[in-house]
Amino acid sequence: MCTHIMGIAETYSRGRSVVAERPLTLLVAVVCVLLAVDLVSKLLGGSLSVLSLAVFLKDGLILGLVIGLAGVGLSMTYSILGFPNFAHGDYISSGAFAGWATTYVIAGFGTVSVGDLLLLGVSGDASAGSVGVSVVSTPLAVVAGLVMAVVFTIALTLLIDRLVYKPMRDQEGISLLIASVGVALALRYLIAFVFGTSRPGITGGSIPGIAVPGVGIRINAHEATLAICAIGLLVGVHVVLQYTKLGTAMRAMADNRDLARVTGIPTERVVRATWVIGGGLTGAAGYLITLETGTIAFDFGWVLLLLIFAAVILGGIGSVYGAMFGGLLIGLASTVSLVWIPSDFTTVAAFLVMIFMLLVKPSGLFGGVTTA
Amino acid sequence: MSSATERVAARLPDNDAVLILGVLFGLYVGFTVLGMALGLDIAGLASTLQRITFFAAVYALLALALNLQWGYAGLLNIGVAGFMAVGVYTMAMLTAPASPAAGGVPGLGLPLWVGVVGGMVAAALVGALAALPALRLKADYLAIVTLGLSEIIRLTYNSTTFQTFSIAGADLGTGASQGIQTPTNPVMALYYTTPSSPAAGKTGLGEAVFGFFKTLGLDEPVVVDWTYTIVLVIFVGLFYLLLTRVGNSPFGRVLKAIREDELVASSLGKNTNRFKIKTFMLGCALMGLGGILWQGSQQLVNPALFLPIITFYVFIALIIGGSGSNTGSVIGGALFAGLLFEGPTFVRRLVQQTVDLGGAPNTFTDAIAALGSLDVGPLLAYTLADVSSLRFVLVGVVLVYLVQNRPDGLLGHRKETAAAVSLARERTAAGQADGGETEVDDE
Repeated sequence: MCTHIMGIAETYSRGRSVVAERPLTLLVAVVCVLLAVDLVSKLLGGSLSVLSLAVFLKDGLILGLVIGLAGVGLSMTYSILGFPNFAHGDYISSGAFAGWATTYVIAGFGTVSVGDLLLLGVSGDASAGSVGVSVVSTPLAVVAGLVMAVVFTIALTLLIDRLVYKPMRDQEGISLLIASVGVALALRYLIAFVFGTSRPGITGGSIPGIAVPGVGIRINAHEATLAICAIGLLVGVHVVLQYTKLGTAMRAMADNRDLARVTGIPTERVVRATWVIGGGLTGAAGYLITLETGTIAFDFGWVLLLLIFAAVILGGIGSVYGAMFGGLLIGLASTVSLVWIPSDFTTVAAFLVMIFMLLVKPSGLFGGVTTA
Repeated sequence: MSSATERVAARLPDNDAVLILGVLFGLYVGFTVLGMALGLDIAGLASTLQRITFFAAVYALLALALNLQWGYAGLLNIGVAGFMAVGVYTMAMLTAPASPAAGGVPGLGLPLWVGVVGGMVAAALVGALAALPALRLKADYLAIVTLGLSEIIRLTYNSTTFQTFSIAGADLGTGASQGIQTPTNPVMALYYTTPSSPAAGKTGLGEAVFGFFKTLGLDEPVVVDWTYTIVLVIFVGLFYLLLTRVGNSPFGRVLKAIREDELVASSLGKNTNRFKIKTFMLGCALMGLGGILWQGSQQLVNPALFLPIITFYVFIALIIGGSGSNTGSVIGGALFAGLLFEGPTFVRRLVQQTVDLGGAPNTFTDAIAALGSLDVGPLLAYTLADVSSLRFVLVGVVLVYLVQNRPDGLLGHRKETAAAVSLARERTAAGQADGGETEVDDE
């Protein structure tokens, strides 16, 4: 009798939750269609020029590539180690600072004292104008800096894994999450302690660009460098994960860590490989976004972190392609939303996209596919 | 101060009251010694201790509210700062004068109590909005959503779009990045005939109290600040009583059951989702009130006061004390405020006063370069000058240390049991002497 009633109640509540779920999905679809129609009518009506839309799209794609690049590392560690790493944003900053210090020392050697060059003009006497770094005028320094950013971030992630996360491997995700918040604070303010807290320009000199025929937008050398490097790295990750034994081992570990260990997969080595790949991509992303925006600050990685989380959740945690795709979507959402809303709400728009995604499809667009 | 604490203490189990008072006493002694070493006079000492007590009380308030969500129901909310902001801003917008002085932001001009209740209700409603995804998501997703929500809230208050706007003919606004003025602190009305302008004259009580403390060498602002701090301490007591009542009620037992094993709780016929939403809303309302009591008392609030770092401070306070324990939350708040928040600045002042390190070098590399000539002075001076950054590093390191080594907080395992009756007493009665342990692990 009692179980009968409970059965009815359960069926009822299940039915109600389905009814409650559908309208939300429907609502999102309707809103998307309405926005698309409005966009077209704005273009046809002339209240939005093709040029400004093209600029929004270009900026969004560039931001999206960087978010995707940084998001792949976050997504991999999330699925394999089982916690959202809140220190990820500060890995981005660390990589950028290490890389740009190298670039400055190489590019400005002899003109400004090495001590000031190392501090990037955040404090000290070096300045973007006196050092004059750009991918055209000092290509060697930029390449060296990019390599340094990758190497330094890999070393940093491995060191922090050894000190903080490895002793906690068996604990649940929430404890690791809280530990990562501690790591994030310590890293961010160590950077602030060494470099200072101002936000100076970092690149100097004139940067050549090419005009895209027809639309009238210009793509400058730094944007092109960023796009080429980011796409190259993402393709590289795809090849590694798809065609090597390491990729298979990672998928196995993300799926079931104990089973993976029982089957003889060296789980610690896989974890280390995850940090190496994820950390390397993160460092590169930090260096490249600084090259493109032309400014640096001790907390810029932390500011980016929520957007990266949004991308990773949008794509589905653990899915590398999801992170790339989610990055592009979030990047586009935060620039194209300028068509409708004032500029101080663009970040809000990106966060709202993430929250709606969690409501509609918590597993993400590429959910169910882990690490590949 | 002491009478309020004693009144609260009388209601606490002996052991916990002694612990809380012991921690406060330890902090007071420590800072009095530090202050005397710095050469502070009686007024300086009084205002130092007031600062310590103020921050200990506000962090205790917020840690208690977070403990309800995380410690009792296992809901990981890292948007504390956002819910505080909703509370304070709603209160400020409701109470700001309809026609403000030049440069002010117009509001609805309602009485203070309407503003406070409105702020708590608004925070609870926003909490319900956040709890919606909480129902179907894992704890780590909820963490990201609440962090995102707190940033959405801060960016919205920071936006120039809502600097001033009008709804149904009434003008109001958020003041954007310049902030919005908050009502005059009601404790002023105890001492002054016109609370907003102390120069206009004092009440009888004001004359008497100020006259008495004048003989001790304490000025009017110190006395007013202490009065408000005592109000905060009383609120800590009220929060504590409320949450203890909630925790021991049938409602609280379901929450603890959800925390331990949600599947079991729902198999027993409890609608766990509804319990979670209610808990989340109550916690958010308390965070809103905590925000009002803290930032609402500072005359002006702006969005920069509600950065996510505030949330992490509250988390550290809770983790120091041990999540799941109300006593732990209060002690954690006090220890965080005293040792991590105020401590480093005092140590810096003391070192700067006693040791002459010369001028601090301008940059880190200059300080390091001096090491080459075996001179540690410049690096020390640079470190002391930039102690505000190192304080955050210290906070981060402490957080990692606690999670790794003392995940149950300094007091050890103090999670309250989910059972209705005290298991400890039962055991003692059965002759199994339990030593000093008051709580028994139910896992």
